[in-house]
Amino acid sequence: MTVRRLTRLGAGGAQGDFFELALDFPGAEGSAWGKWRPGQFVMVRPEGFGMDPLMGRPFSIARADEEHGVCVLFQVVGRGTAKLAALRPGDRVTMWGPLGNAFAARPGVPTLLLAGGIGIAPFLEYVKRHSASADLRLIFGHRPPLDCYPFAEMAALAACEAHRETCPDDLQAFIALLGEVIPQYCPDGLILACGPLPFLRTVGRVAGEAGGRAQLSLENRMACGVGACLGCVTEHKEHGPLSVCARGPVFWSDEISL
Amino acid sequence: MDMTVSFAGLTLDNPIITASGTFGYGVEYMRFGDLGRLGAMVVKGLSLEPRRGNLMPRIAETPAGMLNAIGLQNIGAREFVEKRLPALPWAKTPVIANLYACEAEEFGELAAYLAAQEGIAALEVNISCPNVSEGGILFGQDPRLAARVTEAVKRRAGSKPVIVKLTPNVTDIAAMARAAQDAGADALSLINTLSGMAVDARTRRPRLANVVGGLSGPAIKPVALRCVWQVCQAVKIPVIGIGGIASAEDVLEFILVGATAVQVGTANFIRPDAAFRLVDELPALCATLGVESWDAYRGSLKA
Repeated sequence: MTVRRLTRLGAGGAQGDFFELALDFPGAEGSAWGKWRPGQFVMVRPEGFGMDPLMGRPFSIARADEEHGVCVLFQVVGRGTAKLAALRPGDRVTMWGPLGNAFAARPGVPTLLLAGGIGIAPFLEYVKRHSASADLRLIFGHRPPLDCYPFAEMAALAACEAHRETCPDDLQAFIALLGEVIPQYCPDGLILACGPLPFLRTVGRVAGEAGGRAQLSLENRMACGVGACLGCVTEHKEHGPLSVCARGPVFWSDEISL
Repeated sequence: MDMTVSFAGLTLDNPIITASGTFGYGVEYMRFGDLGRLGAMVVKGLSLEPRRGNLMPRIAETPAGMLNAIGLQNIGAREFVEKRLPALPWAKTPVIANLYACEAEEFGELAAYLAAQEGIAALEVNISCPNVSEGGILFGQDPRLAARVTEAVKRRAGSKPVIVKLTPNVTDIAAMARAAQDAGADALSLINTLSGMAVDARTRRPRLANVVGGLSGPAIKPVALRCVWQVCQAVKIPVIGIGGIASAEDVLEFILVGATAVQVGTANFIRPDAAFRLVDELPALCATLGVESWDAYRGSLKA
């Protein structure tokens, strides 16, 4: 597998470095890529990692087709993503996927998408596939500038609103907004969330208090991505520790303890 | 060259075995290669009853290695036998059950159950897990306890070969190897992980909830090679080398110091087709290096 393209999103610098990485598309014919769904992820490990860092990195699939390649969004936060940001077209990458389960899709059911920061990634394709639904609404919370994310592309297809956090008051206002909007989708609407753990906890709590449930996409640290190492488990209320990579990454909020 | 290896009554098409704890129950890797092409598979450590394992976080990355403190989370021997084993190509590729218990007698009970299953070719006794509070590594650090567990398993294993997996976290691994051999082990496998830890200078917290864990991956290969070499001098039973094997050249290095076969562990996490690739690459490397038979090459280190 080779790198097709690495595109910087936003200006970078003090606001953080954001990228879209496009890898060769393995081909849909006869492979799992023909039926991949938003919420699934890939493990990506550039050969340039050498032996340090050792492990691949999991990323939500933002889009995947012949035209774009397999695309993931990432923010430089550590050694692995710093090395990813140095990739060039033609560089060799080991990629395995599509992995894990996916977000539910229910045409005709009012659907609320809640994205925090780089957690917007799986919703890029979700919005594209569901753009015919007038009931689709995306609320996006973020700190860096909006152009660090593919937000404009999504806003052209569905009702999307962005809320930037620049101070603690903004965060409180965003939490209040979630407390106001989520109950409108309870108990029968579809609520899908991806983002940092405190954000997911808030979504799950508010949905539960309103008598509903949400689907949460977890981002636990992983080694294998296929359910073998048991390093990424989350506590399922009925089944005990379950691998996020193999039994998730999407779980119903009332089934797990975060 | 004929890639076949034989030891302890088992015949493997090639010396590549997947290591316990790094290959799930086998079924997880079916989409990445033909399990029937592997020499053998050692499945995730099994206990009599399911185990929940340790708290998160359980893994941490280190240079050329990883630390884990999974704590032997597993579905239990019965569920494995009933729901996972039937899906494995055990008639073609030997399935080796890795077993763990808290007491010697429990080891025996577990061994009796697993050995009675047609699809299980051999037992690997885990007396070396550093990540559980009960039993675990203590069995592997005291020759008398290691012998007691080995005897208990051997007594109940019927005709199935018993492989004892040794820890490097001892002063004299050769003494442990001799104790297991004298207690009836048919083969030895080594090494399990090295005890280690990782901490975060910024948060002042350990990176594992268990604080300490087991180090694996290419970082431990020199220690593993040393241990295998020492043990091969000390015992007459076959030795399976484990520790940081990620290339065909690594495989040959372990056979050169005396191993009969090898287990591939953390490399399965680095890329999920790692073991299958080694099966593919080994014959060509043997040809390149002039290796004509395992019997001639094994233990031929010019020390």
